Amino acid sequence: MTANGWFQILFLLGVILLVTRPLGAFIARVFNGEKTFLDPVLRPIEKLIYRLTGVDEKREMSWPEYAIAMLLFSVVSLVVLYVIERTQQWLFLNPQKLAAVPANVALNTAVSFTTNTNWQSYTPETTMSYLTQMAGLAYHNFTSAAVGIAMAIALIRGIARREMKTIGNFWVDMTRGLLWILLPLALVGSLVLVSQGVIQNFKPYVTAHVIAPQKVTTTGSDGKPVTQVVSQQTIPQGPVASQEAIKELGTNGGGFFNANSAHPYENPTPFSNFLEMFLILLIPSALTYTLGRMTGSQRHGWAVWGAMAALFLMAVTVAYWAEARGNPEFSMVDQAHSTLQPGGNMEGKEVRFGIADSALFATVTTDTSCGAVNSMHDSFTPLGGLIPLTNIMLGEIVFGGVGSGLYGMVVFVIIAVFIAGLMVGRTPEYLGKKIESYDVKMAMLSILVTSFVVLILSAIAVVEPFGTSSITNPGPHGLSQVLYAYASTVGNNGSAFAGLNANTLWYNMSTSAAMLLGRFFMVIPVLAIAGSLARKKTAPPSLGTFPVTGPLFSVLLISTILIVVALTFFPALSLGPILEHLLMYAGKAF
Amino acid sequence: MTGTSNAKGSALREKKIVVRAIGDSFRKLHPRTMVKNPVMFVVEVGAVITTIQLLWNAAHHVVSVGFGFGLQITLWLWFTVLFANFAEAMAEGRGKAQAETLRKARAETEAHRVKDDGSIEQVPGSTLRAGDVVIVTAGEFIPGDGEVIEGIASVDESAITGESAPVIRESGGDRSAVTGGTRVISDEIRIRITANPGETFLDRMIRLVEGASRQKTPNEIALNILLAGLTIIFLLAVATLQPFAIYSHASQNIFVLVALLVCLIPTTIGGLLSAIGIAGMDRLIQRNVIAMSGRAVEASGDVDILLLDKTGTITLGNRAATQFIAAPGVNERELADAAQLSSLADETAEGRSIVVLAKEKYGLRGRDLSAHETNFIPFSAHTRMSGVDLDGRQIRKGAPDAIARYATEHGNLIPAEVQKQIEGIASSGGTPLLVTENRRILGVIALTDIVKGGMRERFDHLRAMGIKTVMITGDNPLTAAAIARQAGVDDFLAQARPEDKMALIRREQANGRLVAMTGDGTNDAPALAQADVGVAMNTGTQAAKEAGNMVDLDSNPTKLIEIVEIGKQLLITRGALTTFSVANDVAKYFAIIPAMFAGVFPQLGILNIMHLRTPQSAILSAVIFNALIIVALIPLALRGVRYRPVGAAALLRRNLLIYGMGGIIAPFIGIKLLDVLIRVLHWA
Repeated sequence: MTANGWFQILFLLGVILLVTRPLGAFIARVFNGEKTFLDPVLRPIEKLIYRLTGVDEKREMSWPEYAIAMLLFSVVSLVVLYVIERTQQWLFLNPQKLAAVPANVALNTAVSFTTNTNWQSYTPETTMSYLTQMAGLAYHNFTSAAVGIAMAIALIRGIARREMKTIGNFWVDMTRGLLWILLPLALVGSLVLVSQGVIQNFKPYVTAHVIAPQKVTTTGSDGKPVTQVVSQQTIPQGPVASQEAIKELGTNGGGFFNANSAHPYENPTPFSNFLEMFLILLIPSALTYTLGRMTGSQRHGWAVWGAMAALFLMAVTVAYWAEARGNPEFSMVDQAHSTLQPGGNMEGKEVRFGIADSALFATVTTDTSCGAVNSMHDSFTPLGGLIPLTNIMLGEIVFGGVGSGLYGMVVFVIIAVFIAGLMVGRTPEYLGKKIESYDVKMAMLSILVTSFVVLILSAIAVVEPFGTSSITNPGPHGLSQVLYAYASTVGNNGSAFAGLNANTLWYNMSTSAAMLLGRFFMVIPVLAIAGSLARKKTAPPSLGTFPVTGPLFSVLLISTILIVVALTFFPALSLGPILEHLLMYAGKAF
Repeated sequence: MTGTSNAKGSALREKKIVVRAIGDSFRKLHPRTMVKNPVMFVVEVGAVITTIQLLWNAAHHVVSVGFGFGLQITLWLWFTVLFANFAEAMAEGRGKAQAETLRKARAETEAHRVKDDGSIEQVPGSTLRAGDVVIVTAGEFIPGDGEVIEGIASVDESAITGESAPVIRESGGDRSAVTGGTRVISDEIRIRITANPGETFLDRMIRLVEGASRQKTPNEIALNILLAGLTIIFLLAVATLQPFAIYSHASQNIFVLVALLVCLIPTTIGGLLSAIGIAGMDRLIQRNVIAMSGRAVEASGDVDILLLDKTGTITLGNRAATQFIAAPGVNERELADAAQLSSLADETAEGRSIVVLAKEKYGLRGRDLSAHETNFIPFSAHTRMSGVDLDGRQIRKGAPDAIARYATEHGNLIPAEVQKQIEGIASSGGTPLLVTENRRILGVIALTDIVKGGMRERFDHLRAMGIKTVMITGDNPLTAAAIARQAGVDDFLAQARPEDKMALIRREQANGRLVAMTGDGTNDAPALAQADVGVAMNTGTQAAKEAGNMVDLDSNPTKLIEIVEIGKQLLITRGALTTFSVANDVAKYFAIIPAMFAGVFPQLGILNIMHLRTPQSAILSAVIFNALIIVALIPLALRGVRYRPVGAAALLRRNLLIYGMGGIIAPFIGIKLLDVLIRVLHWA
């Protein structure tokens, strides 16, 4: 580990801390319907949208109405994307003449982008036309993020309101989230990325002649070695920058290219790398301030932020340490950091990012539900790979996905408040709202989804041949691959331990199910909590009230998260990454 | 329930409770009973599974799992269930013992019922219905709950309250309620029965202390849901561990898997949860408070505002003379003498206090006036003064304006000095009385409310708990403010009518606060019903007792403070043991996971940070610790975690340290010690 590496990590956190307050306050204004500096431009557009769609912006919704509107919107969007994928060969903006996307891949992808997962079981540049990428995928990058923000805002309103039956209007929240927050930020972000060299064009793929042709030997279909001379290379093109900014900003993570943010056209420079991580954390971090602002307890918002920041630092420390330490198998090789080499375990990492920025990016992308990658998590050391996996298993609540991170965290807050709240001698209260059996039930349901899906699907996959046949590395690493695939899909992350061949019928179907369950079975109980809390009275704080502010609360929250999640996944992890780590130091690699 | 029993008697009773509880622990194994407690039900199912496996292994001579190991695991799983049942049975045991005493009081009584035609018939007490009228004479038991409609009698209520001094019950007013099972010891009263058989106060009390009518309280239900959720999570974690183990070529036997599951699910709190609730109710009963529902006990922990009547609660029932202030040119002793003389025939508490003050301050003794020509002038609402004509001295005392009118009729003006004193007394919360002799103003007697001793400390205590106290009084705001300041309450409601009290409660509740109050009169009943915690005095009217959700048998209005503490204690104990139980799991993982896979992957031995000797010993130690910790915590569950009024943040820090950190560390030590013990005993 180097001072420079640590500086980059802390610098990112520092910049995020700086923008949390202004953006958080802005988001609160947007959803409270207060005046903002963008109103003169956006208000007419917003009104026009409502007039065209017949939305009455004054009409408030109860939580079931809100949930139904959200589901309706998601289902329609999903179907539209599926149709575009299946018909892209007849549509325009397809200079490569790519064929229709196969049915199970198309379904998997439609589910994946609708649920803000962006799990990609295909290679984008050889599968998706420019139209599909822009009208299908990029559209979802915006809307699925806006849905996430709307859900978080609905929950915050539920906490803040007293004795009310409604939690807002889904269509209005969606529209405002898109117009005021996502579009302006994505626009600025894209332009800055273009300045760094991210491409934006509709050109057909370029064929380049390589300077030094190479002989490549592969195994042919008949099992005999085939030797080819490679003298030219196809370089894919496309409207990358417009998709890149929202890919990070909306914590979507679906790359324009298979190599995702490791590809020079997506992420060319160290500054673009910093900017992408910044965009990933931007909205999730700001929403903690919005939580504090809208509920009238700014200190609570900061306590939640503090818990997130602490978990973030813990994770990045382990990941950075594990990767910088290198691979014990190469004991004869110099793996120390020097001016000539980054040192450590550089397998699957870009030289222009090095150890620190790769470990940091891996932490950022899995703390949130982004899933963009600038290095291959599959190639991390076992402990380094344990971090992204654990981050996802926590439920991606360390800043988390746009909106989903905050509501996931609030569910843990409710559990923490319920367990420890009793210890101050009152029935548990969260910001003046009594936490009763209905709220506990919904919170537990929401938490159960992740463990239920990850454990059961992984258990099936590791004993059935249709599951094990996709595992490319035997032993504990194979288990990690499977666990990662389901954690990533149920958590709507979308990154992968790429060693697993996920483009099979079983994995396309089971991960689709995981993504749908992970998104909607988690968010519906959350909306139910919002509705339940909104109906309650708010007890004013007194000396005897459970404090949800300050470092003590942050520590309590962190402990609750770690204990509940660790207890759920420790047995599985001990046979996966932990065992792999121990075996690696015993001289056995996978 | 203040027992006359000596230590030997109580030890004997304790022993009886324990013996019965052991029997009950086995009776409670019935699945129909167990299923009410999802966590322990899972343990029971686990125990049944391992028992069947054990028998199957024995029958088929399976040797892959040592019989001794399987047997020990199975036995300890059964012990875990039994220990939890024992905890609940112990908590119920005390209530049952109390119920027996109460049942004796309900013994069949004969009643003299007054028939419609006025004649009297003898009927069994159990046949009385609400509306019947009975006559009870000295020496007889009152056959049912009712209201005195005629007569006055002293009643021995010790069967209910434990208080041996008899109380007066009379028709009309706030002391008309009588309870079935109590005994009239003098005079004769007519009672209208107000409760049907089986619905009397005594019946309800028996059901309550027995726990027969015990329903899970809202918070208990919520906690049960959380525990069930955690149990499902662990069930998943253990059930899916087998496929992962099979994939890793390290499949596990059923004993180990069940052992892991039982160690992980929150058995400690699951086993003690209902005992905590029952014990909380029991603690209330020991303080002579009958809660009509567990919901009310829980709510009392959440109370934000306490409404207290001034008279009788914060101040002694009556005002007392505290000072003689002589007019200019008058000797104080002269004033005291006149004041005492005027009050000798005054039988009110205020009058008596004047006599006493004169005696204490000036050594003036009550004199025998029979030798003199005396004419006592009693107080009348018209003159608003009283006094005495004695050997030509006309002494009068009374309200300042009345005396002023009386004196000024003869040209005697009130000196400005005295006028100032009068105003001073009134504004500081006292009542001034003017004294004249032969229409000359002698001075002022100050009557003041006497705040009960120790009230300020109790209110400080409440403030530290985060509870605001509001004094309710019919006094004018000036007086009320003075007493409020003196007693140290946070706020007051002056010139309060019953509807003002209701409005105050409603207003606070609308703001999300929980309100507690005490009351005894019929006009308190609506407010008692509206309050979240309404404590009726046992001396109060039937209406008040029915409106409140608790009855204080000692009729002590400050009992609310203890009720609030018990409510808080109940919640804290639940939270502390839940936290402890969940925190325990960390150590159990470090004991069991390396033990499970040590055979195939010795490298995982690095997780065996307790250096447990063998895998079997490690698993056994964890299971035994898990069972024994339930027994070890029974006393804490029954007694409750101590509550300290130090503010929520400090309390949380303290309890998190003890039960959170302690919950992580304790099992590491306990399991290690058990491992050593198992080696010494050669169990595994």
